Amino acid sequence: MTLGTIDLATGVNIAYLVAFVCFILALKGLSSPKSARRGNIIGAVGMFIAVGMTFVDGPVHNVALIVIAIAIGVVVGIPAARLVKMTAMPQMVAAFNGVGGGAAALADIADFVHHGGTIATWLQVCTIFAVIVGCVSFSGSVIAFAKLQEVMTGRPITYPGQQVVNALVGLGIVGLAAAVLGISSVPVLSVMGGLAVLFGVAFALPIGGADMPVVISLLNSFTGLAVAATGFVFDSIPLIVGGTLVGASGTLLTRMMSQAMGRSLTNILFGAFGSVVAGEGGGAAGEQRPVKSAGPEDIGTLLAYSSKVVIVPGYGLAVAQAQHTVKELADALEKKGVEVAYAIHPVAGRMPGHMNVLLAEADVPYEQLKEMEEANSELPSTDVVLVVGANDVVNPAARDSPGSPIYGMPIIDVDRAASVIFMKRSMRPGFAGIDNELFYDPKTTMLFGDAKDSLAKLVTAVKAA
Amino acid sequence: MTGGMVMGVLGGTVKGGVLELLTVFILSIFVGFEVISRVPTLLHTPLMSGTNAVHGVILVASIVVLAGAQTTTLQVLGFAAVLLATLNVVGGFVVTDRMLEMFKSKKKAAPAPADSGSGGSKPAAS
Repeated sequence: MTLGTIDLATGVNIAYLVAFVCFILALKGLSSPKSARRGNIIGAVGMFIAVGMTFVDGPVHNVALIVIAIAIGVVVGIPAARLVKMTAMPQMVAAFNGVGGGAAALADIADFVHHGGTIATWLQVCTIFAVIVGCVSFSGSVIAFAKLQEVMTGRPITYPGQQVVNALVGLGIVGLAAAVLGISSVPVLSVMGGLAVLFGVAFALPIGGADMPVVISLLNSFTGLAVAATGFVFDSIPLIVGGTLVGASGTLLTRMMSQAMGRSLTNILFGAFGSVVAGEGGGAAGEQRPVKSAGPEDIGTLLAYSSKVVIVPGYGLAVAQAQHTVKELADALEKKGVEVAYAIHPVAGRMPGHMNVLLAEADVPYEQLKEMEEANSELPSTDVVLVVGANDVVNPAARDSPGSPIYGMPIIDVDRAASVIFMKRSMRPGFAGIDNELFYDPKTTMLFGDAKDSLAKLVTAVKAA
Repeated sequence: MTGGMVMGVLGGTVKGGVLELLTVFILSIFVGFEVISRVPTLLHTPLMSGTNAVHGVILVASIVVLAGAQTTTLQVLGFAAVLLATLNVVGGFVVTDRMLEMFKSKKKAAPAPADSGSGGSKPAAS
């Protein structure tokens, strides 16, 4: 009986099957807060099985190198993931996505090198696709990381002739890809990969920091597709399943995110080229104009004697690590009989749902978190809106001025409430770099200072009132 | 012989034809869309992070490369790939778990002291 060998192969394939089911269950688990964590753990188990099978399935050389590489990855990865602040989550996701794209490109290049380029044409096509997409995902993620981490400016970076340069780089990649198909040359493939890295940078530079979440989501699905293509090259079903699931879900998520911003993906990716003039115009209009500001004591009193207060948290709240303090303020207000709710813009924070995570961290009950549409219907009957470190998501220009770069983005209509309080560090415009007319509205009061300090002072003022 | 052996490793996973791989690919697209379209907004960030971890399955190919590497070039490429892919897998799952942890327990795990420690060195207030 030859059952011995068949059993091993069959066993391995069954194990892979289990891994796919785990991946699918993982994504399915994420449909509800209750099952999400379990889903993630199931996904990790599936990954463990899939990776474990590589050691069983066929001869393994360089075991020491494999173990060392994995060990370094674990030793670096776990603390990085454990210690990162919740506010820095988006760039962390970008980083982990980028390395995945890089790994895909390297694996495909290695396979090509190993075969000296002599593989079937359709496998060459898959290799070329995976290398290009993996490299773009890698360098694009690096730029996304740098912008969100504020290592570099979050503003769109544009220069004259940029589109021409990008087009030339793109054409170069296409040309080299054709050359790889023609002469199966490893150096040509490597140069093509290098150009793809350049292209990823060029592609991400003109996109503003505020739009980066969409880009990260897009690059996430790119990496998924690169992994799927790698699956064809390596004749490996786990890669095809895992990669494709991510490619499909990432595409869907990217579309949902652009919808939440009221913009098309094309506009997000290429909008900077058209809006440069409008952006500069906005900047020039930002000369000194009178704004009304008040101290925490006055505002605390105002809040304590309102009947309904809506808090609009933004990224500034997250940066100041003030989610716990804002919860304290809400508790203090509720003790005074004030009705408190949070209005959460879909892209508040830096990714959809990011603010929900941050407020959940501070034990804010779900029921108080109102989604944008629900909040907007309640705002006309609201006494005071407290905007904490948010700007673009409440900027009426998105609704009223067609020339604005953010025109069309759905916003929280805070200007419909009786009065508005902006807690800001300074008059600096928001992440998108656009001035907000609402600052100069008579019903607006500014409370300058660090969000956490100011909130703490407000808590004291409310308690004293 | 060595080539044949490595081919064995590379092709040993599944002996399916192109069509079989394409079938899996197409079905996975549909499953991916179907499963994902039910995720509520508040879980979008964990979802992005969770799918990010899943494409870390590229670690499988990376290990296959390194396991079959017989030249220094391939060893270097494979080593780098395994390292990067491990970061993707480990980081992805751990970050997602941390996010989801927040939705679950209502106990005060208050990471505030640690946060304020590191936050102090990079003051947000200017």
